[in-house]
Amino acid sequence: MTEPLVSVDGLVRTYRMRAGMFGRSRDVRAVDGVTFGINRGETLGLVGESGSGKSTTGRLVLGLENPDAGSVAFHGRPLPATDTSEWRASRARMQMIFQDPLGALDRRLPIAAQVREPLDIHNVEDEEFRTARVAELMRSVRLSDDIGQRYPHELSGGQRQRAVLARALATKPDFLVCDEPVSALDVSIQAQVVNLLIDLQAALNLTMLFISHDLRVVRQISQRVAVMYLGRVVELGNADDLFVSPQHPYTKALVSASPAPGARRTERIVLSGDPPNPAAKPGGCAFHPRCPSAFARCRTAAPALVEVAPDRSVACHLTGVESHAATALGAVA
Amino acid sequence: MEPLVSLDGLTVAFNGVKVLDGISLSVGRGEAVGLVGESGSGKSVTWLAALGLLPTTASVSGNVKLEGTEILGASPATMDRVRGGRVAMIFQDPASALNPVLTIRRQVGESLALHRGLSGAAIHAEARRLLDLVGIPDAERRLSAYPHEFSGGQNQRIMIAMALAGSPDLLIADEPTTALDATIQAQILELIRSVRRETGMAIVLISHDLGVVAENCDRVAVMYAGRVVEEAPSGELFDDPRHPYAHGLIGSLPPIDGPRRRLTAIAGTVPDPKAMPQGCAFAPRCGQAAAPCGTQPPRLRAIGENRRVACVIDQHAGASDIIGQAAE
Repeated sequence: MTEPLVSVDGLVRTYRMRAGMFGRSRDVRAVDGVTFGINRGETLGLVGESGSGKSTTGRLVLGLENPDAGSVAFHGRPLPATDTSEWRASRARMQMIFQDPLGALDRRLPIAAQVREPLDIHNVEDEEFRTARVAELMRSVRLSDDIGQRYPHELSGGQRQRAVLARALATKPDFLVCDEPVSALDVSIQAQVVNLLIDLQAALNLTMLFISHDLRVVRQISQRVAVMYLGRVVELGNADDLFVSPQHPYTKALVSASPAPGARRTERIVLSGDPPNPAAKPGGCAFHPRCPSAFARCRTAAPALVEVAPDRSVACHLTGVESHAATALGAVA
Repeated sequence: MEPLVSLDGLTVAFNGVKVLDGISLSVGRGEAVGLVGESGSGKSVTWLAALGLLPTTASVSGNVKLEGTEILGASPATMDRVRGGRVAMIFQDPASALNPVLTIRRQVGESLALHRGLSGAAIHAEARRLLDLVGIPDAERRLSAYPHEFSGGQNQRIMIAMALAGSPDLLIADEPTTALDATIQAQILELIRSVRRETGMAIVLISHDLGVVAENCDRVAVMYAGRVVEEAPSGELFDDPRHPYAHGLIGSLPPIDGPRRRLTAIAGTVPDPKAMPQGCAFAPRCGQAAAPCGTQPPRLRAIGENRRVACVIDQHAGASDIIGQAAE
């Protein structure tokens, strides 16, 4: 296999947090040893609940924040340090899209001027070229010319997100990080943007990291999917069968919690316990207090992400090796 | 049998702009009715209007009957007994629905005093029972806690406890799990199911999430631009949607297993209530719109048992056409 376009190795990001006004400050590991690679032209989906560290991972991959440990390589070369001129130059090649397009757009500038801005910043070609490029971009995201003259508040949510997408694509990036790009949109508009992202990715051979809490949308758009829980990747695999045959108990619960119109094929698993809190992360496997099949070892040792089948890695003491799983189940009984 | 609540021709306008246009819908005793639609379709306004919770600038007309008695425009004293006592409502954001400076005991106790006439030790005991019922661990101690000390899922449990305080016959749950994570959403929906099993309470579940509604409701009404466009038992609606909008909505939902298919996105956006098309509000986005669609809004008419649809196109011929388009 060729070298991945983006490779992420052992990323760690720690925030200092104080409990209460006079409480002692302590470290919260938002991202705790995340490793993955994304091949050229591939979309990797990143799913997880709030506090799982998926957005922080996205920011680290783009170098919007510096990791405390680990590294990100782009085209096989390490990412330049944040806020250096090399980093700024490299940002033309990698772009990010957020959930709230209104917050990402400048309310006082017409859309076309905003789509043009990256071309001016990165000094791309001449005036004439930039004007033509803006028109081309607006067409590629299926926005009509007159929308370019309007201001963000005059657009609908779906149109705004397409304008943000046009701006992100202005400098012909190789790599796009999308953080919950369709979560704020209504279902029918969400489908328009998802279809557009899929078309653009194929047409431009884009590489994407697609972050979302919505399993359905992630599966639709991604070739591979990583599931995160409290700062770690707990399962990674092919999008087509990850949700059909989840291995990690957390992935299983997440799939079963996703409501489906029509008949349910599997039994519903309702997890007990509170949502994961990164500030009070349990020892051992972070999922063990909520895990229906946890046993003694889960409380003491954090399982590593290991490949259990071609194109499937799982971080669970139960699924590491089949024979181990059998002994483990024996131990539970 | 007479329905528990029936809405008939409920119409709401803000400053002369119609946002709700002749909603007719009924909820039977113990029934679970889902209301789906996109933002601005009027699904929340319907129930705010029915319960007299809209500001006075809204002009509301039509009929809202609770067990045959008209409650639209009823006296404030009557409405105080209806709201909370007969029909309770919970919202999307529990943290902003709770008072941040009062303990949970005070807030749950307030409902108990108002609707059940309890006082003193009886309030404490009943509040504790309700927190136990909604699955708040260590209820005795947690009664003296404030909303910020609970997680979002727990706050929604507390809202449900407060709603149950008046032993209502109907709970209106307006996007109750939208702000919650997937695994917590599953917990809250399971809680609502178990409460319904125990109390036989009816529920109206308002949601933009088709899956949530499909799994938790007997019957579903799909709303678009202030009107109900289709009403059907939930299984039938998802297997065989008749209205082109309902069809598009279901086609917009990516499948979680099986082969991936291109989503059948609905082109365009929801019309502005100030510039509503003359005929069917969905016609400008509809792949099958024909001449009669532009003349007047189609009425909701019965097609088979328990099914109603508001579309002039011949539904059986229409449905197969749309499926043909979706397969492309």
